[in-house]
Amino acid sequence: MRPSIQLLGPDLIGRILSEAFELLMNPGVRVGSATVELLRSAGVDVTVAEKVADHLADHDGVAHIPEPLVRRCLASVPRDFHLYNRKGEKTVHYGGDDVHFDPGSCCVQMLDPDTMEARLSETRDLVRIVQVTEMLPQFAAQSTAVVCNDAGNDLPSAIGDLYRLFIVLQHSDKPVVTGSFSASGLEGMIDLLAADSGGLDKLRRQPRAVFDVCPSPPLNWSEFGSHNLLDLARAGVPAEIVSMPLAGGTAPVTLAGSVTQHAAEALAGITLHQLAGPGSPIVWGGAPAIFDMRTGGAPMGAVETAMLNLACAEVGKHLGLPTHAYLVATDSKFVDAQAGAESARSAMLGALAGINMISGAGMLESLACHSVEKLVMDAEWIASAQRLARGIEVHGGELPGHTLATAMFAQTGLSGEFLQLKETRALFRQEQYLPSSLIDRSARGSEPPSDVFTRARARVDQLVGKYRKPSLPEDVLQKFQAILNREAGKARAAAAASEKLSISSS
Amino acid sequence: MSDELFGAMLQSIVDGAPDKASDLARQALATGVDPLEAVNRGFAVGIKFAGDQFGCGEMFLPDLLASAEAMKAAIKILEPEMLKRGSQRATLGKIVLGTARGDIHDIGKNLVATILSASGFQIFDLGTSVTPEQFVAKAKEVDADIVGISALLTTTMAGQKAVIEALDRNALRPRLKAIIGGAAVTSKWAAEIGADGFSRNAIDALELAKNLMRNITNQGTAPA
Repeated sequence: MRPSIQLLGPDLIGRILSEAFELLMNPGVRVGSATVELLRSAGVDVTVAEKVADHLADHDGVAHIPEPLVRRCLASVPRDFHLYNRKGEKTVHYGGDDVHFDPGSCCVQMLDPDTMEARLSETRDLVRIVQVTEMLPQFAAQSTAVVCNDAGNDLPSAIGDLYRLFIVLQHSDKPVVTGSFSASGLEGMIDLLAADSGGLDKLRRQPRAVFDVCPSPPLNWSEFGSHNLLDLARAGVPAEIVSMPLAGGTAPVTLAGSVTQHAAEALAGITLHQLAGPGSPIVWGGAPAIFDMRTGGAPMGAVETAMLNLACAEVGKHLGLPTHAYLVATDSKFVDAQAGAESARSAMLGALAGINMISGAGMLESLACHSVEKLVMDAEWIASAQRLARGIEVHGGELPGHTLATAMFAQTGLSGEFLQLKETRALFRQEQYLPSSLIDRSARGSEPPSDVFTRARARVDQLVGKYRKPSLPEDVLQKFQAILNREAGKARAAAAASEKLSISSS
Repeated sequence: MSDELFGAMLQSIVDGAPDKASDLARQALATGVDPLEAVNRGFAVGIKFAGDQFGCGEMFLPDLLASAEAMKAAIKILEPEMLKRGSQRATLGKIVLGTARGDIHDIGKNLVATILSASGFQIFDLGTSVTPEQFVAKAKEVDADIVGISALLTTTMAGQKAVIEALDRNALRPRLKAIIGGAAVTSKWAAEIGADGFSRNAIDALELAKNLMRNITNQGTAPA
């Protein structure tokens, strides 16, 4: 049997969904102007608010979405899909109980291992994270992990999202979990992926990336989020809903109440998405957390945060949808005991819950800071979690007579010489996860023992030393550069136009 | 009698009981207690106590918000009488608040507004996704002492810089102070964009604002 964990059960999931459907009608969901016509043409009652301030869009409205429409949209969501690596191999399966991990996304800071201080992240940090992730089998996918603050010297900051993907694609063959920073940023990113895949059709058939799209709690698919959802649905590129209620802050304080809000936000997102592109792949995902009553922050390492993530995914699995969660992160500022305990614990829970994509590894300080040293440490917890999720296996053909122990005892008698058995050699790699040098199991010797951070640094250097950059065809690289230049030009023109506007209005 | 009353006022704030606080405020007016004294020796002591308890981890954000609500309720009763007597409670300072352009997350900003307002600052809350021009216009209009710009998202933090640049373009600083806050905001970011201070939570924001006001008031006599 595959060990698993459930926190809700069918009865409670039924209540959660029933209240989530109620919320979709009353109070309803805030939606961006881009969705109003689409929703109305599907018969949804959308009340458009009066323009309350100059800087708000004209037609933001509140949609009251009826359950039958949501059910119809749920029915057209693909139950599973794959992400492909550059070679065209299916390496991520979104569906069923398959579990994959990727590094956390969109950090602005990096822990400097020399000074132990957090500093603004740069291109070299993203490259190092990508290199390490590429080398570690624990990570099925890359992420656009950090914002490259140095890119702003040459490029408009508005295309920071595109630039991250530009860097990741050049340094990795693995699938990518990414996301856009704005409503307009998506187009260039999809073009970049299409250039890499050999056209938009190919990208659709063999998607290399999934795009995180976030509603704003509570119950708000803002202009930016809803725009992205519609564009992804129409392009047929996979979307991943990352709804993030903060229990007690931007969502009900009870875990059950926050899971209900998450369900309503995800159901609304799926409805928008499937109305725009029926049959387009979308993931029931999230980064829910409790609201810390001392700091007002979102403690990603809290056990209740892990519980929320598991429970939200459980609702998605109940609906038969691909799932995602945010785990393996910590609130600690260092790669220390707190970081280890919080990250290892949630990696185990996520694997047992059978969540398809688990983001968050490498992240410190409640997602404010990335650390490549933590990433290699987390890879060990992930491997352990993956081992746990495989459970206790009964081997068939490898063992004589299909016995558990007696056939091996028939060979050793009472001598205890199991190490010499061919079964031992044949099976120990399956039975045991063999940790890297990061995990210390050695006996105390003449050398002074090292701590985990020292070993993590050595492990990073070792992996980066072995990494080889993929060689992309020259014409693909040229296309990448042309797309980057084109989008940079557009962003500069938009910035100039808005500056002109603000000068003339002031 | 008054000491007892002041003690009960303090307690009503600590308990976060707006009805009780209003009752005590009415009682003070009915028995001729100076409303300003009711604030300074009663209710405000309660807010200070709640802040301290929060600081040492004995009270939590929901408690603190309830205390601020109770404070608001008491002030609402006392204010007309204070106005009548010309003994308006001295404002600690005028603060313009808002979230950076593109950022609609306002829970942190709202906490700061509540705590600062309960503690005696006059708050002008511009809401969410506020442009640099709107910050500048409001700061000029009310002759603000402090402008506070909140940003939750790493992607909207650049908006904080834009506001500070706009304040400088309009020569509002150094008299006016610009402070920033938000989950991802750091001292380094604050220094980089030339902010006059930053805080990660509402209680720190209160301390920060009080310290800055001390500098502002001292500016005339001694170099800050």
